[in-house]
Amino acid sequence: MISKITHTCIYVLNQDSAYDFYVNKLGFKVHTDAPMGEGARWLTVTPPDQPELEITLFLVAEGPLFDGETVKTMTTLIKKGTFGAAVFTCKDLLATYEELKAKGVVFKKPPTKEFYGYEALFVDDSGNWFSLAQLA
Amino acid sequence: MEQYEKMYLYQRIVKAKLFIDHHYAAPLDLDNISGQAYFSKYHFIRLFKSAYGKTPSNYLLQVRIDNAKMLLAKGLSVLDASMSVGFDSPTSFAGAFKKIVGVAPSVYQRKQVEKQKIIKENPLRYVPHCFVETHGLSK
Repeated sequence: MISKITHTCIYVLNQDSAYDFYVNKLGFKVHTDAPMGEGARWLTVTPPDQPELEITLFLVAEGPLFDGETVKTMTTLIKKGTFGAAVFTCKDLLATYEELKAKGVVFKKPPTKEFYGYEALFVDDSGNWFSLAQLA
Repeated sequence: MEQYEKMYLYQRIVKAKLFIDHHYAAPLDLDNISGQAYFSKYHFIRLFKSAYGKTPSNYLLQVRIDNAKMLLAKGLSVLDASMSVGFDSPTSFAGAFKKIVGVAPSVYQRKQVEKQKIIKENPLRYVPHCFVETHGLSK
């Protein structure tokens, strides 16, 4: 029986900028930041109250995994906002919304009442979409 | 109108929270934090706790300890880390650190230094195999 998810992956277009976004703006904690040689970097962050879930900020760059064509396609899709990457929750959506807005996070939808609570939508520095929810 | 008042209220609370985030290393007290949000002290504490689940004092303590953890991981001495994040004495820092983190600052630092050493020597040890295999990291 599967019990938990411990690692997941968000594809980003620039790891320095993603570090700034996830750590300095969203307030995530750095779990591992390790140079892997030849420009590769293993960068994982965790939500502040969920230290057991590592989110890998994986760079879309040409290398063993991605050829040039794939990088071009993925970059276009990420920038276009094709990927909804995750749902984050918070204790107080209005406070979190105001704080993230003050830090320059771009929201696509302000806090709105839904049947499951309140939800806002924002994008990261690459173009990945996220729900930010306060569950009822 | 009520919605705008609520948003204004939240903006003031957020302003105070960001003030703590930026000035945690300074000798802050509740009066100058609540002053940032233009609230009376007790009204401010109640609203802050309702938004963030912690009193402003406890939140300030958490921010100081979080930043101390980063400094310790970078190799700063316990004394320097404690002073850098706004503690008056290393004794009060060590007590607060152990209460929140669960281990003494020196123990935390030793573990972090060991982790950094392992990462440097064998970075793949921290990468799950599904990523190693599919992302070509083993090559």
